[in-house]
Amino acid sequence: MKIAYFVPCYIDAFAPQAAISTYQLLKRFDQLDVDFVGRAACCGLPLTDMGYSKQGCKIEKNFTSMFSGYDAVVIPSGICAEEIRDHFNAIEQTEEVIRLRENVYDIVEFLHDCLQVKALPWAKFPHKVGLHNGCHSLRYLKHARPTELMIPEFSKTGDLLSLVEGLEIAYPTRKDECCGFGGTFSVWSPGCAGQMVEDKVNDYARNGIQYVTSADFTCLLNQQTAADKLGIPLKTFFIAEILNGSAVL
Amino acid sequence: MKQVNQVKLSESFLKDDAHRESHDKNLWAARMRRDEVARNIPEWEEMRELASRIKMHTLANLDTYLEEFEKNALANGIHVHWAKDAQEHNEIIYQIFAEHNVKVVTKGKSMLMDECGMREYMGERGIEIYEADLGERIQQLDDEPASHIVMPAIHKLRGDVSRLFAEKLGSDPAKDDPHYLNSVMRADMRKNYIRVDAGMSGVNFAIAESGGILVTTNEGNADISANVPPLYVASMGIEKVIPRVSDAALFVRLLSRSALGFHVTQYTSHYHGPREGQEMHLVIVDNGRSERLGAPEYWQVLKCIHCAACMNTCPVYRRCGGLSYDAIYMGPIGIVLEPSYDLHKYAQLPYACSHCGSCGNVCPVKVPIPEYVLTWRKILVDRKEDLLTHRLQMDLGAMVLNSSKTLEMGLKVALNALRYIPKGVMESGVNPWAEHHTDPLPPKETFREWYRKQEETDEKPNKQ
Repeated sequence: MKIAYFVPCYIDAFAPQAAISTYQLLKRFDQLDVDFVGRAACCGLPLTDMGYSKQGCKIEKNFTSMFSGYDAVVIPSGICAEEIRDHFNAIEQTEEVIRLRENVYDIVEFLHDCLQVKALPWAKFPHKVGLHNGCHSLRYLKHARPTELMIPEFSKTGDLLSLVEGLEIAYPTRKDECCGFGGTFSVWSPGCAGQMVEDKVNDYARNGIQYVTSADFTCLLNQQTAADKLGIPLKTFFIAEILNGSAVL
Repeated sequence: MKQVNQVKLSESFLKDDAHRESHDKNLWAARMRRDEVARNIPEWEEMRELASRIKMHTLANLDTYLEEFEKNALANGIHVHWAKDAQEHNEIIYQIFAEHNVKVVTKGKSMLMDECGMREYMGERGIEIYEADLGERIQQLDDEPASHIVMPAIHKLRGDVSRLFAEKLGSDPAKDDPHYLNSVMRADMRKNYIRVDAGMSGVNFAIAESGGILVTTNEGNADISANVPPLYVASMGIEKVIPRVSDAALFVRLLSRSALGFHVTQYTSHYHGPREGQEMHLVIVDNGRSERLGAPEYWQVLKCIHCAACMNTCPVYRRCGGLSYDAIYMGPIGIVLEPSYDLHKYAQLPYACSHCGSCGNVCPVKVPIPEYVLTWRKILVDRKEDLLTHRLQMDLGAMVLNSSKTLEMGLKVALNALRYIPKGVMESGVNPWAEHHTDPLPPKETFREWYRKQEETDEKPNKQ
């Protein structure tokens, strides 16, 4: 299976450890031929978020030219995967574009649904870890059952983490309340967004959660830097760091 | 008209810990009760789907159902009036009041009457209108609009109500016990009920098959307004009609559970005509609804049954308070509805959203609110109602993001800013992120740099 590994801009620059862990994790699977496309690319999310999706045509063309022709495009970011799958509309919807959109997966979906991973013998993390399912991954990519929906319980992120030796999954009291990042939201509504993230990290503290993992690095960056500002002990890990066994305390 | 700036209007509430925390806690509790009662109904998700389909079907055949409803309502002895907008609505009701020499009115909650500015209109013409819903009356006494469509005074603390009643109703300012405050209000309202000339209420559902209306309350206030005086006037938007009596059962099951997490409202009253000696009028109002119905981008807002579940779950609404939206409809449904009343005035509301998507999942009739938030942002850009600052940033953003080369340069600039701009500058007022966050630590090398090095040394991690 020939897959393209797409590292989104903000992961490349601000979370190389997340990108490295995901890359190493993918390389562990013999059936995969992992191709890292060296040049930077954007999925167009900031423009869609703010209503400027029609201006995203060049971005989408650039992305399509770089990532077509693979069996799958794997992304260590739920929000970018969702953008391409659900909102990649500025560009003409050719067969190539439709195929690309169908073949995009975030790392959790790829491991859980495509590879159907049942064991991670190299992964060990004997700690209580708070699981934060980012809103996009939770409610649009359907990583787990959102608390609002009265459907059978499931959790793809939980399934994968349960394969890690010694790891105990924990949740804050408000299990899937938004942490307030919301892309441009935290820039345009800093007061409200700031209160949301403060409430989130306090919820962890009240529940004795000192480590948090998520499939969305933007949420983790938001929570980590807010906890640091408040002096609340918290260490966040991108989910692939734990699944790859490369999370360092 | 001046544009509503929700971010600015929310500042004081956000900084007021006591009010904000209580507001957030009370509404979250409603959301938790809603989860609990919904979980106990195995067919909950099927009910939501069915309710959505019934609403879509009815809206797609609205003319037929409205005519069927009118025919049956007239046969029941209800006077039916049609109003194309708020002005007509108010004029029709004033005309009825004038003919009956009405001076004092009590009314149950009605978002539509608020939308039409009915109370102010009547006030200017010498008709006293007393809100009979406790929360609504508190807001009326305080000369403030409702901050929530089901719990109009939910942003207030007990102490606020105690102070208000002491000032306006002469109660003991030292007492803030809810039972005491309730008794003060009850005593005051009873005086009005005795001398009232007419009663008013909104409508939750209008049933085409039977020509009757259904009104739900938890205080019975609509019932006193409807049953005591010799004249009863109700108003409904054209979207309130449902086809059959049996459909009402489904919506009643969904409404109270979604709104407050109660199995059923305390009072679910069917008015199928005037009682003996009474006159009953019903005003059916458009006020922009048929235009909305014709807008494929957002017509499903008309499915809304006004339960406020979206407000209770919204992390932004819970922290900012309903008054920050400066609109009749606030929270998630408000930000996708109000721009269709006045695009320029409410152009900033669709940005009061972190895209968490929770509102879409709690909505009992599946209004695709999260999708509509993005839809409105697109419409605002298309109609040039977006903010100049947004436009400039996005133009700049698009230039950087358009190609690999510019993007790589942009990332380098951002990283260097983090590495070399002094902390004092980065954490000053120019950076809105800094109030609640430290700056992220810039990594020594990017993934791309690591990858290139790693390729050179050809170091392969262990295979499975």
